[in-house]
Amino acid sequence: MLELKDVSLTLVGDKGQVEVLKEINLTLKNKKIYVMTGPNGGGKSSIGKTIMGIFRPTAGQILLDGMDITQKEIYERAHLGIGYAFQQPPRFKGIKVRQILELSSGKNQTENLCDLLYDVGLCAQNYLDRELNASFSGGELKRIEIATVLARDLKVAIFDEPEAGIDLWSIQRLTETFVNLREKYDMTIVIISHQERIIKLADQIILVAEGRISGITSQEKILEDIRQLDSDCRCRKDCIGGGLKNAKCDR
Amino acid sequence: MLNATDKRLLEEIADLHSIPQGAFNIRKNGQGVERNTTVNIDIITKKDKPGIDIIIKPGTKGESVHIPVILSEGMDDLVYNTFEVGAGADVLIVAGCGIHNSGSKKAQHDGIHEFFVRKGARMKYVEKHYGEGDGKGERVLNPKTIIEVEEDAVAELEMIQIKGVDRTVRDTEVRLHKNARLVVSERLLTYLDQTAESNITVEMIGDDATAQVVSRSVAQGTSKQLFHLNLRGYAKCRGHIQCDSIIMHDARVASIPEISAYHSQAELIHEAAIGKIASEQLIKLMSLGLTEKEAEDTILQGFLK
Ligand SMILES: Nc1ncnc2c1ncn2[C@@H]1O[C@H](COP(=O)(O)OP(=O)(O)OP(=O)(O)O)[C@@H](O)[C@H]1O
Ligand SMILES: [Mg+2]
Repeated sequence: MLELKDVSLTLVGDKGQVEVLKEINLTLKNKKIYVMTGPNGGGKSSIGKTIMGIFRPTAGQILLDGMDITQKEIYERAHLGIGYAFQQPPRFKGIKVRQILELSSGKNQTENLCDLLYDVGLCAQNYLDRELNASFSGGELKRIEIATVLARDLKVAIFDEPEAGIDLWSIQRLTETFVNLREKYDMTIVIISHQERIIKLADQIILVAEGRISGITSQEKILEDIRQLDSDCRCRKDCIGGGLKNAKCDR
Repeated sequence: MLNATDKRLLEEIADLHSIPQGAFNIRKNGQGVERNTTVNIDIITKKDKPGIDIIIKPGTKGESVHIPVILSEGMDDLVYNTFEVGAGADVLIVAGCGIHNSGSKKAQHDGIHEFFVRKGARMKYVEKHYGEGDGKGERVLNPKTIIEVEEDAVAELEMIQIKGVDRTVRDTEVRLHKNARLVVSERLLTYLDQTAESNITVEMIGDDATAQVVSRSVAQGTSKQLFHLNLRGYAKCRGHIQCDSIIMHDARVASIPEISAYHSQAELIHEAAIGKIASEQLIKLMSLGLTEKEAEDTILQGFLK
């Protein structure tokens, strides 16, 4: 179980200090899939990075199974069983897919590595000995990133927009992988996503906006809300008023 | 003749665990100590100056030549070697210099290597430089490499120097004739107060010549590196230089690109970048459980591979 207690985060950007997270309170249980969604810039990735230790909270506490890990380094949290798949993973000159998966899993049996790549819809033969460099397409890189987290033995796994750039066929494979993870292991799974397919996997939906948890709801409710938005206004797609009923426009 | 230190140096510079197969010439402290020739590869001592001629018969396939040099005491060693790679041959040449300097005198090796890669031949040339010894004497290496790549021939160069050498100036000059191809990969790591300078000039004088130069370096401590990579196109040709450096601590790196075209169908590209290790890469590896130091080592090892 992972708990965030009154977690706030202030970062220094180009225009001075930004309050990125404001008193976040969350309890994430084992064997559940949480989908975190909300508007761009709302703070979803920042929550993920704060759990991984990449950002250190300005105030508040993070507890893993009751243990205070707020001051722990990134690698210490990794050893405690926290993993984060980046929204925009880095590329590496001279490091092969095989090596990064071995680093992740701590094992080096080719058999395991093949299974891992299969789970993200990649053919091991074509990828294991390729360098994870600029020659990788966005979707390929993203899938390797997901595999590096799947490779690990985790208590809490966070996937930041895993569907981004991934084709429809592979998304199907990926959603099955997430469900298997929940069934097989005693894991807490957090998926940051805007995708209906992924939202449908959720045991709970966490809405994040303007640096706060703006709601905790069910997939039925959120999907219904989206349908509502769609039916409220035909022009929703082009509308700067967000297609809301009370938007000021000439409809 | 060869003691344990010599053998270790040989292992570092030539991946040799024992006396090599095929043709070889081992030079120690300014003297030839062992030599072997084969039916296809002859090695002859020069008469007018220190050094050897290595003559590879046309059509020789799959053979190798090792010509390591080891210095185990302070001295100045200067050597001229000439390589004749006969038409249609396909060979591997491994050179390299290992210095074990435990005294206070400077140990210096200046090698001038001249290559003629004849029509349709393929040559892979590997040069490794390695220094060790805790004496105060400087380890200095100044290799000069001149290569003529004839029509349809291919020259592939791998030049590696990781730590160990205090002062180095490497000059490499290549001329590419019609449809000749050059692939260079250079790897350099300096630390402490070492200095390294690499000057590579490639002239493409024949149509359809191609050159690809990839130089990667890491500068640590207060070391200084200077790169001057220069491509000149005199014909319908293609050339690409990629110069990539990771800078750390208080090191200095200067990368001076030069591309010149003397023909309207010459296509030349130069890319140069200097920067610290990308923090996203460090963070990614730390998130897999590596400490910052381990993450750094992993990234540098990959980068210099
Ligand atoms: N390193 C940083 N320095 C300064 N500001 C930052 C930094 N990282 C993020 N921010 C700001 O924090 C806010 C939240 O960013 P975050 O990436 O967490 O949003 P998000 O919900 O993941 O958005 P998206 O859906 O676009 O991925 C944004 O306003 C962003 O500009
Ligand atoms: Mg994000």
